[in-house]
Amino acid sequence: MVTSNPFSAMFGRSPFQPLLAHIVKANDCADQLLPFFEASLQGDWESAAQLRENITRLEHEADVLKTELRLNLPNTMFLPVSRSDILDLISVQDKIANKVRDITGIMLGRKMRVPESLAEPMRHYMHTSVACVAQARQALEELKDLLESGFGRNVSDVMQNMIRELHTLEHQADSQQVEIRRQLFALESELPPVDVIFLYKIIDWVGELSDRAERVGSRLQILTAR
Amino acid sequence: MQIIAQHGEIFIILACLFGFFMAWGVGANDVANAMGTSVGSKAITIKQAIIIAVIFEFLGAWLAGGEVTNTIRKGIIDPELLQDDPQLLVYGMLSALLAAGTWLLIASMKGWPVSTTHSIVGAIVGFAVAGLGAATVDWGGVGAIAASWIVSPLLAGTVAFVIFKSLHHLVFEARDPLTAAKRYLPAYVFLVGFVVAMVTMTKGLKHVGLDLSFAQSLVISVIFGLLLSAIGTWMERRVKYVESSDDHFGYANVERAFGVLMIFTACAMAFAHGSNDVANAVGPLAAVISVVQSGGDVEGAALVPWWVLVLGGGGIVVGLVTYGHKVIATVGTGITELTPSRGFAATLAAATTVVLASGTGLPISTTHTLVGAVLGVGLARGMAALNLRVIGTIAMSWLITLPAGAGLAVLFFFIFKGIFG
Repeated sequence: MVTSNPFSAMFGRSPFQPLLAHIVKANDCADQLLPFFEASLQGDWESAAQLRENITRLEHEADVLKTELRLNLPNTMFLPVSRSDILDLISVQDKIANKVRDITGIMLGRKMRVPESLAEPMRHYMHTSVACVAQARQALEELKDLLESGFGRNVSDVMQNMIRELHTLEHQADSQQVEIRRQLFALESELPPVDVIFLYKIIDWVGELSDRAERVGSRLQILTAR
Repeated sequence: MQIIAQHGEIFIILACLFGFFMAWGVGANDVANAMGTSVGSKAITIKQAIIIAVIFEFLGAWLAGGEVTNTIRKGIIDPELLQDDPQLLVYGMLSALLAAGTWLLIASMKGWPVSTTHSIVGAIVGFAVAGLGAATVDWGGVGAIAASWIVSPLLAGTVAFVIFKSLHHLVFEARDPLTAAKRYLPAYVFLVGFVVAMVTMTKGLKHVGLDLSFAQSLVISVIFGLLLSAIGTWMERRVKYVESSDDHFGYANVERAFGVLMIFTACAMAFAHGSNDVANAVGPLAAVISVVQSGGDVEGAALVPWWVLVLGGGGIVVGLVTYGHKVIATVGTGITELTPSRGFAATLAAATTVVLASGTGLPISTTHTLVGAVLGVGLARGMAALNLRVIGTIAMSWLITLPAGAGLAVLFFFIFKGIFG
């Protein structure tokens, strides 16, 4: 009887809940990055491995949420936003967790230790990047209020401000990246070349992390603009 | 004539039984959708929903159910053409009731989508075409009913869209949504009371013995609306608002305020449903009674006896109490995405449309009207996700219910004809 009642059957499951749950997972995942980095600096590979395990687990949970959202979004579903925008947004979100997994994977696999003199700027750089992810999550969480208000101007203004903040953070991460690259270049001759190659790679990827967080913001803007 | 005189009593008893059976079916199934929006938005509990439904379904049936009853009774078949064989009308109406009731029972057990309105109209048209000939059917009237089945969801959707947009602008866009909600709440309650009272009084109260002029109705409706809005304001004052840190716009409190409004729209919806759907059971019953009591005069100008509407209302109440409460619980728990503000807009729009149809004498489907209203809120960007497959389900319920009701009615018609001659 339950399934056939045309009236209750019309109320579909909201795709926004899994969407929000997903960014929370992605953010949790990114939050493990700094403790992981500290552990790697100490050479404490045991706890680093532990943290890395957390990250893979969270990344996997995010994957499950992503699949669930995709499966529960048949094209008969009528949504207040474009269906394809939601699907785009979740795949961009998913790349955040993937990037964290990649960064920690390579660092753990090669037991990479960032040179002493680079540790401080690198810490700040990672911090900014992780903050970008947190900011993206915060902006996304406004979606709940936005839905409740029936896409009111007040809430969307708050969301726009958060996305603007996110842009600023990402910009900051960009300039930090330039600075670190410059410092690494100065050290290049003293370090084993293969290590240097991978250090550049890590720097690159941390930058990509903030880049992807920013892209979540832009996608969110597209999703809510109409 | 002889047959009527001979078996008159039996016909009336059978008609009462079948009518009650049909009304029971309506109460057991249909009411759940009417109350589902209110229960689903958690504005009222299931227990409260049942109490509201019992009272207002009954009032609706009694006060505003007359016009639709007349349509079912003599608006589909032209009784004048049956002057010589009044017993055929009796058989037909009995079989229509039995067919629609049986079909509702089968369909709800199997879990198929059905509409009580569609099955009774299908059944009446069915027995008329097969048993009396297509010429006896008032095709203009049937056409108007069919058109109203399309128009009513569209109208409800449009009204719901407008109501929700007004809410959006007045309340959700306000700097302080809760203050705005408190300010406009009495006006919305007034709207609920005024619309329902106005339509009921201008269209439906003649058979209760009240014949009011338009101006009188207007004044009484305004007073009724003001009275309700005073009660609404008093109830809103007693709502406990919770300050929460992660709700910086205060929408949770706005929804709490709308919970008060939902109580009024739930009453209006139950009233509307009673006024329209009870006629499905009572209309054929009234037709049988008037033919028998006037000794075979199908013109039967006599008014529908008051106890007939009471019987219909009573049947709905029994259906609700014996089985309907379970269905309300299932439907209510299925609708969790509907918040009081959305539920208010959708239910008010649907109730208005149904009451309007009742006043005009058009039997429409309450469920389909509600579906239209919820879609209207969705179009105003009020719903997170709506499954449009429901439109296909409605189309299916048309395709299945009309022929099924008609087929069963034809079968029963010839059985009755065989038994009584």
